[in-house]
Amino acid sequence: MATLSDVKPPEAVLSNDEILRYSRHLIMPEVGMEGQQKLKAAKVLCIGAGGLGSPLALYLTAAGVGTLGIVDFDVVDYTNLQRQIIHTTADVGRKKLDSAADKLTAINPFLNLRTFDTKLTSANALELFREFDIVADGTDNFPTRYLVNDACVLTGKPNVYGSIFRFEGQASVFATEEGPCYRCLYPEPPPPGLVPSCAEGGVLGILPGLIGVIQATETIKLILGQGDSLAGRLLLVDALGMKFRELKLRKNPDCPVCGTHRTITALIDYDQFCGIRGQEEPVFGGLSLMSVEELKKKLDAKADIFILDVREPHEYQICHLNGYLIPLGDLPKRISELDSSREIVAHCKMGGRSAKAVAFLKQAGFTKVYNLTGGINAWADRIDTKMPKY
Amino acid sequence: MPQIQIPSPLRQYSGKQASVDVPGNTVGEALAGLVSRHPDLKRHLYADDGKLRAFVNVYVNDEDMRYLQKEATELKDGDTISIVPSIAGGR
Repeated sequence: MATLSDVKPPEAVLSNDEILRYSRHLIMPEVGMEGQQKLKAAKVLCIGAGGLGSPLALYLTAAGVGTLGIVDFDVVDYTNLQRQIIHTTADVGRKKLDSAADKLTAINPFLNLRTFDTKLTSANALELFREFDIVADGTDNFPTRYLVNDACVLTGKPNVYGSIFRFEGQASVFATEEGPCYRCLYPEPPPPGLVPSCAEGGVLGILPGLIGVIQATETIKLILGQGDSLAGRLLLVDALGMKFRELKLRKNPDCPVCGTHRTITALIDYDQFCGIRGQEEPVFGGLSLMSVEELKKKLDAKADIFILDVREPHEYQICHLNGYLIPLGDLPKRISELDSSREIVAHCKMGGRSAKAVAFLKQAGFTKVYNLTGGINAWADRIDTKMPKY
Repeated sequence: MPQIQIPSPLRQYSGKQASVDVPGNTVGEALAGLVSRHPDLKRHLYADDGKLRAFVNVYVNDEDMRYLQKEATELKDGDTISIVPSIAGGR
């Protein structure tokens, strides 16, 4: 990281107002005037203004990072507010970029904020990354994780990584000059559907705070050239047990993007790499779909149809369709409770788990089994708008 | 006896347990013991050809078993095996 720490352009001179603002930094020998000028000269790109992006952007801005870029194309919704602390209730419906810009410029008017209202893609990532010193990854899916990693390796920018699921988080610094990259840790993504997203599996609201602040800390250390970075280490955070552990990460000499015999020298199609074609469509049970409108019609006509709810009991408590509850994980051992001669429509929250249930039941010989497209959320959107949505 | 740490996404298949003590002289034996005790875990850890899935990393204490002797890595009493699957959440 020597190259980054040596940068001290002449324009990074602090005004008297800035000296007062950063007083608690300036009196620390590890930061001081020189460190604060490095922060002011630094350009950090934050991918996403969501759970991880909120604390990241807020703290980097407060700390005096001079140029902050944010890439996001999303709009604030009510389900974001439990954890995405840069957005408020009044921001629901606004662009996350606009909402974030208000808070960040209010915290620090000296910030040079650059917003990019776009999805990060193989077509724009390299050009974008080249304009910054460090990239902080706050995305939420495997294709973008691999895209951010590869683009960081190809442009030589450190990738400050964090990811979260339920009560657990991971953090590291990838793609430094000597250190390993994300592909050294995970050469291949899991097949789609096997690892639930936060929208399917949930996430404790404070967890992105914990992990995002760790990412902000690592970013600031890289800029200052101080301390021991997480490069070469994977930090595991278990909030339920409140345990922090670390594992050794090694640079894989056979890594296709940063190893000695590189096969990936340009960005690829990451949706294809991660096995995703089309948006969030279940990969199996494709032909046996039922829309919420069809189900409503059948129920109104008192047709003989059995509703199988494959969610968890705590989700049933939020809302239900009077379905018969067998959580997906219990289905194999409780399959005898189902009557294969009846027409069965399986549903979950959004359609992912029930697609697996349908595939499983078909393998077990069930023929009249359908997946409710869009799950109970589609029912709440289009049939019963009084039903709570989660 | 070696202890295997189960990450939260997989705990629904391990009877909700966060860690399981399993006998075994090697990592391979301990993991085989784990999936025989909790068969639902098997398809999440192993592919159909019987190999460990590529996106599931296994550590012995703080070292990746790929840089030890992989599944033949010998275990000492008190060793901790960690299963660390990839997660991607962030929003």
